[in-house]
Parts: sequence; C-alpha cells; structure tokens
Amino acid sequence: MNDEAGLATVLLAMFAGAIRVSTPFLFVSLGETLTEKSGRINLGLEGTLVFGAMSGYAISYHTGSPWFGVLVAGLGGTVFGAIHGYLCKLPRVNDIAIGIALMLFGTGIAFFFGKAYIQPQAPRLPSISFGFWAENPSVRQALEINPLFLIGLFLAIFLWWGLKNTRWGLVVRTTGDSAPAALALGIDVDRVRLLSTMAGGFFAGVGGSFLSLYYPGSWTEGLSSGQGLMAVALVIFARWNPLYCFAAALLFGAAGALGPALQSIGISRGYHFFNAAPYIMTLLIMIASVSPKRSLKGAPGELSITK
Amino acid sequence: MAVLQSRPEGARRAIGLETIGMTKAFGPLVALDDVSIRVRPGSFHALLGENGAGKSTLVKCVMGFYQPTSGSALVNDREVSIPNPKAAHALGIGMVYQHFTLVPSLTAAENLVISRADTPAVIDWAKERKALEAFLETTPFKVPLDMPVSGLSAGEKQKLEILKQLYLDQSFLILDEPTSVLTPDEADEVLGLLRGMTEAGELTILMITHKFREVTAYADEVTVLRRGRMVGSGKVSDLSIDDMSRMMIGDTAIRESAARKAHSGEPLKLEIAGLFADDDEELPALEAVNLKVRCGEILGIAGVSGNGQSELIQVLSGQRLPSDGRIFIDGKPYEPERKLMDSFKVFGFSEEPLRNAAVPRMSVAENMAFRTFDKVPISPFRGWLSPSPMLKKARDLIAAYRVKTPSTEEPIENLSGGNVQRAILAREISGEVEVLIVANPCFGLDFASVAEIRAQIMDQRNRGAAVLLVSEDLDEILELADTVAVMSEGRITYTSPMDRTDRATIGHAMAGHH
Repeated sequence: MNDEAGLATVLLAMFAGAIRVSTPFLFVSLGETLTEKSGRINLGLEGTLVFGAMSGYAISYHTGSPWFGVLVAGLGGTVFGAIHGYLCKLPRVNDIAIGIALMLFGTGIAFFFGKAYIQPQAPRLPSISFGFWAENPSVRQALEINPLFLIGLFLAIFLWWGLKNTRWGLVVRTTGDSAPAALALGIDVDRVRLLSTMAGGFFAGVGGSFLSLYYPGSWTEGLSSGQGLMAVALVIFARWNPLYCFAAALLFGAAGALGPALQSIGISRGYHFFNAAPYIMTLLIMIASVSPKRSLKGAPGELSITK
Repeated sequence: MAVLQSRPEGARRAIGLETIGMTKAFGPLVALDDVSIRVRPGSFHALLGENGAGKSTLVKCVMGFYQPTSGSALVNDREVSIPNPKAAHALGIGMVYQHFTLVPSLTAAENLVISRADTPAVIDWAKERKALEAFLETTPFKVPLDMPVSGLSAGEKQKLEILKQLYLDQSFLILDEPTSVLTPDEADEVLGLLRGMTEAGELTILMITHKFREVTAYADEVTVLRRGRMVGSGKVSDLSIDDMSRMMIGDTAIRESAARKAHSGEPLKLEIAGLFADDDEELPALEAVNLKVRCGEILGIAGVSGNGQSELIQVLSGQRLPSDGRIFIDGKPYEPERKLMDSFKVFGFSEEPLRNAAVPRMSVAENMAFRTFDKVPISPFRGWLSPSPMLKKARDLIAAYRVKTPSTEEPIENLSGGNVQRAILAREISGEVEVLIVANPCFGLDFASVAEIRAQIMDQRNRGAAVLLVSEDLDEILELADTVAVMSEGRITYTSPMDRTDRATIGHAMAGHH
C-alpha cells in the first residue's frame, strides 16, 4: 500500500517534471530542428540558451515585465543565430567549429553581464492553473502549466504542419536536403540558412528565458548545465520531426525529474546518480539509435555530419 | 492550373534557338571558341562531343549560368540576352541535368510544386493534387506522385525531371546525357516519348550525348564539338556513324583494343558463393549472389546503377561487411584484408578514383605507393619509410603509364580525370595481378584514356588474370567481357557467354524482364 502510494508520487512528480523541465528542451530542439532542416548545425544553442536566461532575467528585473524579458531573450538569440548564419556562409568555415565558439562566447558573455543579477529577484512568469478540479494538492501543483509550454506545443505542431504545407517549409527542406537542387530552383541557399538559424536562435533564447523566469526561476551560472547541448542531441533522436521533438523533450524532462522525485519519497540514496538520468539516457538513446551499417534515416542530406 | 493560365492559350509551342559566334574563355583557357549552332523549332537536335569538348559550356551559356565572352543567342530569330537561368526559363528554355536536381526527401508532387515560381505561401494540397493530375493527363509520362523521390527508380526520376520542365511550361528542353542512368528499354521509352512530342510540334530538344545509337535513332540533326570548336553539323540522315566519330575524335591516336587471346579449360580462380549484404538503410542490397570467374576470363556485370553493384564492389574490396556468404580464390577462403589481397594478388580500381581509390591531397608518389609502402624496398625496416625508392618507383610508373603530372610531389587531386585514373591503374596493375576487380573504370574519361584503360584490362585478361568488371556502360561490357551477368535488384538474374547473347537480351534482363 505504502509502496503504491510512493510509486504514484514518483510518477506524478515525473509527470509534473516532464511538463516543467521539458520547455527549454522543447524550444531549443525545435529551433535546432529548423536550423538543421535548412542544412546547418548550430551547436551554439547552449550559449544562446544561457544568454537568453541572463538577458530575460535582467530585462524582467529592470522593466518589471517578464514577458518583455522573454521577447528580449528571443531577440538576443536571433542575433546569435545571425552571427552563426553569417559566419558559416563565408568560404571554408565549418558550422560545427563556429557553433562551439559561439557556445563559449554566449555563456561567457552571459556570465560577464550576469554577475549583477545573481542576487536580485526579478518578476517571474505566471502560470495557468489547470488543476482547479483536483482535490489532491500535488495534482493541482503538477497542473500549474506555464504558457510557454503550451506555446511550445503549438509551435511544434505548427512547424510540423508548416514544413509540409507551406512554401517556406518546402524551401527550407529543399535547401537542407540538396543545395544544388535549391540553387537550380533559384533559392538563395545562404539566406534561407541565415533566416532558419536566426529563427532557431530566437526559439533557443526564449527557451533560456524560461529557465531563469519560471523554473528553476532565478539566474545562476550553473542554470543550464548542458541542456542546450542535449537538446541538439535530442533532434537526432527525434529524427528531425517537430512532433517527436515534443515527445522527446517530455521524456527528457521526466528523466530529469527522477532524482528529485525519488528524494521526495525518501529515497535519497543515489540522488546524484538519478540526477544524471537525462545524460545517461542521452547516451543510451544514441547507442540504441545508431548503427555502423546504416546512415541516419531522415537526416537532411546537406548536414555536415551526414555528408 | 495556375501555371498554364499565366500564359496565353497555345503558348506551349516549340521554339527555335540559335547561337552566333559563342565564345567563352576562363582566363587563358578557351572552353568554347566561336560556336554557331542552329536548332530549328520542333526538331530533335543532338550535340555530340567527348568529355571536355565544350558541350556543357555551350549549354551553360545558353541557360544563363555563364556569360559568354562574346557571341549572342537568338530565340525564334530574335536576339535575346540571358543574364541568368531565370531569364532562360522566362524564354521557355529548360534544362534536364545529368545529375538529378530533384530533392530526394520531397515527394514527386512536392518537387513539382516547389519548382514553380508562384508557389503559394500556404499550399492547398487538395487543389494542387487535382491540378497535377490534370497536368499529368496532358503528357505521356507517368510518375507516382506521393513517394519521396529517393524511392523512385532512375527512369522515374529522369521522367520526373522532364515532367518538371513541362510543368514549368518550358518548350525548349536541353537534356544533358539523359540516358546515362537508364536501362536501354527505359532510354528508348523516354526518348521515344520526347521524339513524339517534337513531332507534334510541342517541344524542341537539344540533347547532349556521346552515344551514336541515340543520335541515329532519335535525332533529326546533329552538331559536333571538339576542343571547344564546332567541327561539323548536319542532318543525321546525311551522316554515317563513321563521319560523326571522325568529327568527334579528330586525329587523336586511339590505342587499338588488344586482341582477345583464346583460352580454353582455364582453372576456376574467383568464386563468390551465396553472398548477401545490406545497404546503408539496412535493406537487403545483395541476395544470394553466386559468381565464378576463371583465369583469363572477363566476367562483365551489367545492370542499371543502384541494383547492388556498388555494394558488391564494396564487399569485394572490404568496404562493407557481407551478412552471409563466402568468397573463394583458388578454392581457398578469401577475406578482403590487406594481407590476403597481397598473397592472393587481388587488385582493383573503380570510377571516380579521387573518391574511391586515392587520397586527393596526398602526392602522386604517395598515392602510387599505397600497395607497396609497407614492403621492402620502400619500408626497409618495420614502420620506417624510405622516400627515395618510393620516388623512383613513382617516376618509373609515371613514365610507363604516361601519367601527365608536373612532378611526383603534386597532390593527385590537381591531375585531370584521365591522369588520376592512369596513376591508379599504374599502381594496381603494374605488379603481378591474378584477380582484378574493376568498376566503371572509364566513367567520365575522354576517348584516348578510355581506349588505353580498356586495352590494359584486356592485357591483364590475356596474361591470365581473372577479371570481374562491373559496368553501367553496356557498350563496355559488350566490348570487353567473355561472360556477361546481369544484376537486378541485388540478384544475378541472367548469365550467358558473350557469344551466345546480344544487346537486346541483356537490356531486357537489366530492366528486370527475365
């Protein structure tokens, strides 16, 4: 009986965690999906995420409007995307090297400007209560959902639909799959990639603002702990499909909530081990989903890792 | 149909094209020298010439990819300027490239819709489908619309490329070697349908080719280019194949193909037994392939590309693990490892050597030493290289195989295609060869190199080597092979001694009619 209650608590906590923790994963992986669909890899999204967290928090603190902070975080991400997109179109520039450089640049500059914001409290994003019907307080708490999560869900659906049913969707896929074909159609390949990388940066910046403005909800230097990088790995796992990105982000969120959930029912042994669950899962998924004999299915043909 | 409505009714009529004194220089290199051709409306015109003769440069000038250094283009007798490909499209000139320009992960329908200039921001697929089906009714070509292009056969892709141009309402089509990836039957079907459309006055066609058979069977007129100059043109009916080939090759000395030495009762050398392998998608690529090659025999494997030939070559050369099956040489089990290749004297070379058999940025000498660098004299002690024997050997080979290179130290990627292939050939067949595995050895080379390489293969056969030749060029198989085997969908579907079969029978087997 006690065991069952414990299990229910853990599952509920993981469910709540999936919703709470998944949002940054979701935004970054959607942004990366869009960028990779256009044929570039932006490894710099970790830096964009951290910078988004810092700038969103700072703007929210100064203006008192967390939503304005989210917007500025997104715009900051757009600038990072533009830098990446511009540098990568120069001859003999490798997108992976630029991505790593921008990742370090983004985190560095965020730490530099962020020193002043570690102490002060900024207004946080509100959440919507979907749990008003429930008796159980922990269910009610689990159903406190941030609007950004819902926006991310709609964004995933919109991207999935848009890649198939709109002109820009077909243009992005064409550019990502075969640059010669795109050129033959008169598509400006560099411009499409620049815009896709900028849009991807915007999403990643918004994802970062969620970290500092909602959960965990304050600006610290260890805030991201590599979530931006894992979200890039998640895109491969999700086979470049926005809907799978959503599912994968939930899965990662749930895995991330495993440690705290176990602790809440008194299992504290192996706390740090369970906290590492998302990272272990990343490794296991990568091992399970790749094969030396097979090329990645669904990978855009122009990506520098598949070429 | 949005596309067709944008032009007046009856606008889909063949147009004529003319170039006057077209010249294109890239720095000091004159790729195209004062070329004037005239393609009448509604005609099927062939542009003949070997690799590097300037055919592509000419059509790229016409398509607006290049700006000619001098000269002009006329459409329907009016001078036009073609600053970019868009301008060419606006004039109704479309091109079907040798390499497909379709987007592999998009479906045929998506490829067609995105190719349009006026693709709507949000695509109403129900409406587009109806329009596409109505359009397909008006053409003789049929292609499945809902499959990703990567899943289509080469013939279907080629038809889709042509359909795309028709869908864009182009009435002058330039086809660049349109049949190089098709079976003879597919080629006949596609060219026959296009021929029908020119006869109906709907289309004018300019086809780049080097196959005389296609010129004589389908073209009305022909223009021949050699080294950037126009060396002849006229009605196909007035010219013999001999005339055309003399125009094309000029007085370049072509090595006579070596005489085939008669062998009889030679022992079995190479045996492939029940070979299975998967492709990169983990789908079966080879299924129960059994082949036997005797000493002094060339076994030619014909087939349309993508039917498992490249996987077979990869397995034989150690680039891919078979999932089942064995390889035997002289009745002993053989694995494609460096040591066993060496002791059984297995060598080979293939198309695009810069991708498959050479390290592009290493020097010619280093590339030529790949088989011998770990042996005496180049490596006198274990692990140590001695450069002077390596250079000496490279110099000898360069002289013996007439490789044109500035020095032994030149990165091999700077050599011309024919010279890279000669350098690799020198490496592979200068020693004692008992088994030779060759894949599309002459792909993309000029006549002189082709003749040289084929003669060398024949020499090896005459000296008693067992030769396995995979080729997508049926003429090459017909010229070289003693025995022909046809590969279709990963299986050997037909085998016959060469003297008991013919082009048509092999062609049918390639198309899967067996």
